[in-house]
Amino acid sequence: MVWARRLLLRLETLFRRNRVGQRLNDEIQFHLEQQIAENIAAGMSREEARYAAMRTFGNPTVLKEETRDTWGWIWLEQFGQNLRQSARALVRTPGFALIAVVIIAIGIGANVSLFTVVRSVLLKPLPFRDPERLVGLYERFSDSPFTYNVVAGGVFTEWKKQSHSFSDLAIVNGMEDYNLSGAGGQLPERVRGTECSWNLFPTLGVEPAVGRSFTRAEDQSSANATVILSWGLWKRRFGGDPAILNQTIHLDAKPYTVVGVMPSWFAYPEHSIQLWTPIFHELSPQRWQQLDSHQFVVIGRLNPGVTKAQATEELSIINHRLHEQHLDNPFVSAAANSRSLLDDVVGDITTPLYVLLAATACLLLIACLNVASLLVARGTARRKELAIRTALGGSRWCLFREHLTESFLLSAAGGAASLPIARAVIQWFVATRQDTARIEAIQMDGMVFGFAAGLIFLCALFAGTISAFSIKSDQILTSLQESSRSHSGGPGRVQLRKWLLSLEVALTVVLLIGAGLLIKSYARLRAFDLGCITNNVLTMGFALPQAEYSQPAQRANFWNPLLQRARSLPGVQAVTLGDFVPGQGRSWDNGFRIAEHPPLPPGQGLDSIVRFVDPGYFAALGIALRRGRTFDEYQSLDHYKKAIINESFARRYFPDEDPIGKHLITFDQKPYEIIGVVGDTRFLITKPPEPLMYFPMLYPNFATLAVRSSQDVTSLALPIQQFVQQLDPDLPVSDVLTIDQMIGKSTLDANFDATLLLAFAVLSLTLAAGGLFGVLSYIVTQRTTEIGIRIALGAQRREVLKLMLSDGLRPASVGLVLGLAGGAAVAETVRSLLYGVRPLDAGVFGAVAVILLSVACIACLLPAWRASRLDPMQALRSE
Amino acid sequence: MAKPNDLVQGTLDLLILKTVSLEPKHGWAIAKRIQQISGEVLQVQQGSLYPALHRLEQKAWIKAKWAETETGRQAKFYSLTAAGRAQLEKEAANWNRLSAAINLVVETT
Repeated sequence: MVWARRLLLRLETLFRRNRVGQRLNDEIQFHLEQQIAENIAAGMSREEARYAAMRTFGNPTVLKEETRDTWGWIWLEQFGQNLRQSARALVRTPGFALIAVVIIAIGIGANVSLFTVVRSVLLKPLPFRDPERLVGLYERFSDSPFTYNVVAGGVFTEWKKQSHSFSDLAIVNGMEDYNLSGAGGQLPERVRGTECSWNLFPTLGVEPAVGRSFTRAEDQSSANATVILSWGLWKRRFGGDPAILNQTIHLDAKPYTVVGVMPSWFAYPEHSIQLWTPIFHELSPQRWQQLDSHQFVVIGRLNPGVTKAQATEELSIINHRLHEQHLDNPFVSAAANSRSLLDDVVGDITTPLYVLLAATACLLLIACLNVASLLVARGTARRKELAIRTALGGSRWCLFREHLTESFLLSAAGGAASLPIARAVIQWFVATRQDTARIEAIQMDGMVFGFAAGLIFLCALFAGTISAFSIKSDQILTSLQESSRSHSGGPGRVQLRKWLLSLEVALTVVLLIGAGLLIKSYARLRAFDLGCITNNVLTMGFALPQAEYSQPAQRANFWNPLLQRARSLPGVQAVTLGDFVPGQGRSWDNGFRIAEHPPLPPGQGLDSIVRFVDPGYFAALGIALRRGRTFDEYQSLDHYKKAIINESFARRYFPDEDPIGKHLITFDQKPYEIIGVVGDTRFLITKPPEPLMYFPMLYPNFATLAVRSSQDVTSLALPIQQFVQQLDPDLPVSDVLTIDQMIGKSTLDANFDATLLLAFAVLSLTLAAGGLFGVLSYIVTQRTTEIGIRIALGAQRREVLKLMLSDGLRPASVGLVLGLAGGAAVAETVRSLLYGVRPLDAGVFGAVAVILLSVACIACLLPAWRASRLDPMQALRSE
Repeated sequence: MAKPNDLVQGTLDLLILKTVSLEPKHGWAIAKRIQQISGEVLQVQQGSLYPALHRLEQKAWIKAKWAETETGRQAKFYSLTAAGRAQLEKEAANWNRLSAAINLVVETT
């Protein structure tokens, strides 16, 4: 029980300190009185007895201190004392304290929020059972850039049959939009869903929150149609009513029975998915035989003890065998590839997030350097006080502790202020970047608060240590002597501040370069020519359900009035239909061959993006015709076998000949005559143009309607949608966007990254400029006398200005050089985020150098000018 | 005369433990007792007793109680705990061994 007693005693000395201290006084008082009484008894006078007692006892104050020491809480006491002292000192200089706290709050806030995002999105395991055993599986073509190529149905069938590495293999068909018909007066809408095998949910290890998962029996073509809803769709559209189970809803005009609702946190393959349907029921059986039609994502759960590499090897062997059996088909891959499901989900956002995190780390470092520099300046102002304290016996350790406490106080206050900032930033991020993978997982948790605490501690240590080391004990005497004449005070300390400043400038330059590269890249991106008219072109997507529009006549009854109506709207210049418009995405590609060319060796093939368009497409979208002609008006496609290619196609496949009159054989194995060559368009603004072949289209099920107008085209959306309602009340319209908006969406990433990095860079530039201004102002104050003497001796004011300017610009230039070197090293890492800009872009580097030097000049000019205006008499008298 | 600094810390602890082992004593009495018994050879600076007393109390080797003295005043009386008794035996044994060894060295010439 000794330890219990000890603990009790320690707690008593901690929590009842005053009482225990009083007791100690009583005890010592008693002792002295006893001794005095004894001395009097021995015959001394009262006065004498008291002195004698004191002599034999020793110095009571020191002894009391020593005794308190044994209670073991001395460090806490000292800490409290330091805290009080520092707090008082900070309150005395509220301006300094406020600036430092704000700087730290911004630095820590930015880091905490970015860390929250990175941790939630990239680091936290997926919320599935044993997520480390889940892998995304792909095919791999050795000779192409498609290292993670989506999987063909036939390949999946073979994998499932032959592989032994997985306890489960599930398949998902990307994204599929469904028309969800309204019931009870609701508007029809387009909802994003995905087709998946029945075992997707068991493979991931998740259960629906309501109802059940698909059964194996439901996942075949003969079964009745079933669907599982997302939590969001269920809440929004069906009022969260559990009675939805076993009810029928209409997707693409076909009845589906609802069997379950997924939990609210579940988002796979991504959070825009609102419903899941069984894939073997939805897709035709021959898809599971095709080896060359790649479109699925396969998820595997590794058997215990099997590594990802082993499993991939096994699948590669299967693929290789298939490849050998189908040497004539170039679109059968020879290998497999895999990555962890987490990488699979967040792959695209990894680099940008880490770049932003690095930028915020830079920002924090700059903030710390700035605060350290402020503390050093403060230390200088308090130099005499510190020197006197040291002379009176304050130990170095004691002073060091005080510095640390001070910077700790500042960091803690900054850290506390940073949390609301971080919260706001995260909310803003989540609201702005709805397209981010796993965005639903972003939240601040204990780990994040721990991270914030760690940052506070690091900042305090960093800033405190730097400022503490700026005091040199051998300078104490000098400091005291300096009081009489302050010539260039403490050159060592100024040197330290200059170094801090150089570092700050260097980091700023790195940030500026990063921001500059991204901004330039974004500007390039926006400046890319999509290859068609983008201004005032409205697009909207239609999907006529097969169930109601299986006959061309039915479709004609829909399209003809709609097109006619659209053409009649005021200001409309052209209306056209195509399966896709430029900037809308890659869509699909197909293998093809050219009838007039000799057959390629077996195992090789040609592949190109395919587009289906109506005759007015090129004119309506302003896609230039380079050669030949565009499609004629046709009433039927039975005999109209014509094709149009773009310039990239002509350049690549008809390098030295005239493509007009040649024939393409592709999806239906019939020859299509090439009648024209049109200008290149980009399927995404961020991607260079690729070869494209256009085929004629008439009364399609799936199409994008494009309307070009001479005036604001967005006002046309409503009348067209209302007309669609009249034609078919159950048909929703999707993605009502102008082409400009579409471009904005696909450049959102670049815009976002560039804007954020620019914000960081501007912040740090401000901090660095403030630092420069502060240091130079300080130097000027320090050298007032010297400058006064110089001027009195006849120095020209211009000379003084030059002298002071060069004093301030030297650290800036050193920082600039360091920063440019650092920037060159760092630029390489953002290469993957750049479009059309080389990492070592001379323009960006030059602009950054100019901006930095100008800002530095401005920051230095005021103090330097003030120095040159000094009145020598005043300066000399001020001592 | 030995100054308190010359007293090895452990030695002072041993003296205190031994002194309070017989009956509870207050600080002044402990100082007196050490002085008397050692025939005035060991003159502890009285004040330095208190840090030592408090340290031993924190280690739970002695415990303290406020009680009245024979003159009717409140004083803090220290007495040995069970752990303190064990410690006393250990330190006494140590001391005996050490002094015997030193004796041996000093007397064998």
